[in-house]
Amino acid sequence: MYCKLVLLLLVTLFHGSAYAESAYSISSGAKLFKKCQNCHQIGEGAKNRVGPQLNNIFGRTAGGLPGVKYSKSMVQAGEEGLVWNNETLNSFIENPKKLIVKTRMSFSGLRKEDDRKNLLLYLSEFSKDATKVKDLENFTKNKNQNVDPTILSIVGDPEYGEYLASECMTCHQSSGLDDGIPGINAWQTEDFVIAMHAYKKKQRPHPVMQMMAGRLTNEEIAALAAYFKDLN
Amino acid sequence: MKINRRIFMGNSVIAASTLAAPTVFADGHAKPRVVVIGGGAGGATAARYIAKDSKGKIDVTLVEPSRMYYTCFFSNLYLGGVKSIDDLGHSYGKIAAGGVNVVHDWAVGVDRDSKTVSLASGSSVPYDKLILSPGIDFIDGAVEGWNLSSQNAMPHAYKGGSQTELLKAQIASMPQGGTYAMVAPPNPYRCPPGPYERVSMVAHYLKSNNPTAKIIVADPKPKFSKQGLFQEGWAKHYDGMIEWISSDFGGGNVSVDPNEMTVSIDGETVKVDVCNVIPAMKAGRIAELAGVTEGNFAPVNASDMSTKANADIYVLGDASQQGDMPKSGFSANSQAKVCANAVRGSLTGSKVFPAKFSNTCWSLVHENDGIKVGATYKATAEKIAKVDGFISATNESAELRKATYEESEGWYAGITADMFG
Ligand SMILES: Cc1cc2nc3c(=O)[nH]c(=O)nc-3n(C[C@H](O)[C@H](O)[C@H](O)COP(=O)(O)OP(=O)(O)OC[C@H]3O[C@@H](n4cnc5c(N)ncnc54)[C@H](O)[C@@H]3O)c2cc1C
Repeated sequence: MYCKLVLLLLVTLFHGSAYAESAYSISSGAKLFKKCQNCHQIGEGAKNRVGPQLNNIFGRTAGGLPGVKYSKSMVQAGEEGLVWNNETLNSFIENPKKLIVKTRMSFSGLRKEDDRKNLLLYLSEFSKDATKVKDLENFTKNKNQNVDPTILSIVGDPEYGEYLASECMTCHQSSGLDDGIPGINAWQTEDFVIAMHAYKKKQRPHPVMQMMAGRLTNEEIAALAAYFKDLN
Repeated sequence: MKINRRIFMGNSVIAASTLAAPTVFADGHAKPRVVVIGGGAGGATAARYIAKDSKGKIDVTLVEPSRMYYTCFFSNLYLGGVKSIDDLGHSYGKIAAGGVNVVHDWAVGVDRDSKTVSLASGSSVPYDKLILSPGIDFIDGAVEGWNLSSQNAMPHAYKGGSQTELLKAQIASMPQGGTYAMVAPPNPYRCPPGPYERVSMVAHYLKSNNPTAKIIVADPKPKFSKQGLFQEGWAKHYDGMIEWISSDFGGGNVSVDPNEMTVSIDGETVKVDVCNVIPAMKAGRIAELAGVTEGNFAPVNASDMSTKANADIYVLGDASQQGDMPKSGFSANSQAKVCANAVRGSLTGSKVFPAKFSNTCWSLVHENDGIKVGATYKATAEKIAKVDGFISATNESAELRKATYEESEGWYAGITADMFG
């Protein structure tokens, strides 16, 4: 089913024909892009404004366009390997501040997966990088950044979480204060689990967090989420 | 999906089964007693966690002579003019408020048979479990010509507080074009990148206050932690100021004369203005007095930091010999939490979870030029063994280096809050 959809998209994109039959459409994406236009330009003659111009955004390193005033965290994310593709753009657009805590982009995000797909389809029209389309299959499956629903449904043991969390407290203050390292108290369980798995899979950049999350089991991540949820 | 929580618990909890019957306390006292010696990165953390997590079920006493703990971490930044001495000082008030009995005294002996610690004031404190985190002492005669009575003329500044202030004052009064020499320590020693971060920060200070001054480092080692990153930074920020003499070039063949203020390196004697001697290290003396050391440090079991010599005595941090972890504040803090969990479990029957350790060491090469190295570790039957690690790369952008420095400030705030409440 997914394969069929991808094939269809491949065909339609490569032939430049309209694909009104498909569930996703460039024209819906174009409409959604209006939300972005205050800060971003795209298409012929697009210039950097408050945010970077978005031609060839696919394959671009985050924070990597000269002459744009990015947040430090966006530049750092790029330095640490964040490159925009379907998957990373999908999670960024879903909730920008979740992927890049201190991004300057003041947009609360598109929570509906269909909206994001339409928008990405529209954006991809202006990117040369052909691999973008191949990613669509993953993209469709990659709801919640690849976190398997069975992993999301694990019920964590908060007591084990408290013990494991003591390791986090060397850097993340139990008071939730941010003196250079963000507080992580009172996160929604699912957000927490998704973020930790994104570090574990090295989708979310940061060497220390990738290392810390890398050796946690699914149950341990669930335990941590259960503990931090109730920590104020 | 319903996770098989039972199975998970069954697998991961080393648990209480073996400890199910709580210890019976010999003289019939009501509560189990833990005594912690040394209120630094390891000891303060352990005392605070045991008191906090046992919720009054364990009596915790912390023995520490100083009323203020001055961190060694970030002390190089004070030398470099980036931090003030007040930024480094922390009191024990919140630990006491958290239910720990804080006794400002020196521990001078441990009687393993009667399970008591004797204090310099003459009193003695009984324990069921004893945790030692006394940091380091220096090995007598490690640097020819230097002993503890030379530490005013030639400071080590490798314990926090007055020594660090002394070294800073000496550097500030160097004549223009003068020489700062460092005698670097052999492995193993506390904070592997510490001497080289110090060289960077001293250079940073001199560059703006005494730009023609020179830095000489005599090193008994052929290489050092984060070497490529430090040397890249030295060339970039302090070109021509720092001469590092490795053991391959006689850096290990050193003697000093604190009266004449001279250093001899491989037979060549130089007159210097400041001489920062960092001698070879061993476990803080009390570990030796407790009879738990073997050679210079105290061998411990990786799963709970208990000593190989005595099951009721634990050693944390720099004084322990545990395997792959570097001697750092981060490591001591990490070990303390594993130990706290195990000690609490054995005294009250609370759950004991598997040991997990980690470390990250940030260093500052120049203002806003931060680098880092880190690793995770696990407990094996033989030792604490490295699992995975990372290190900053050379040629990183100024933005990333600045972000790394800012992260280190976050870490400092985090670990000191974790230690002192
Ligand atoms: C220049 C420098 C820079 C450093 N930078 C970093 C860094 O950036 N990051 C990092 O993680 N680590 C760093 N470290 C290392 C870190 O300071 C130590 O590894 C850490 O403090 C070890 O903790 P500890 O508990 O073993 O000993 P300590 O923190 O030294 O604590 C020992 C305590 O025990 C007390 N004590 C000793 N003997 C007795 C006794 N007989 N009775 C009672 N109390 C006693 C002492 O007064 C002291 O307070 C640095 C060290 C130096 C020297």
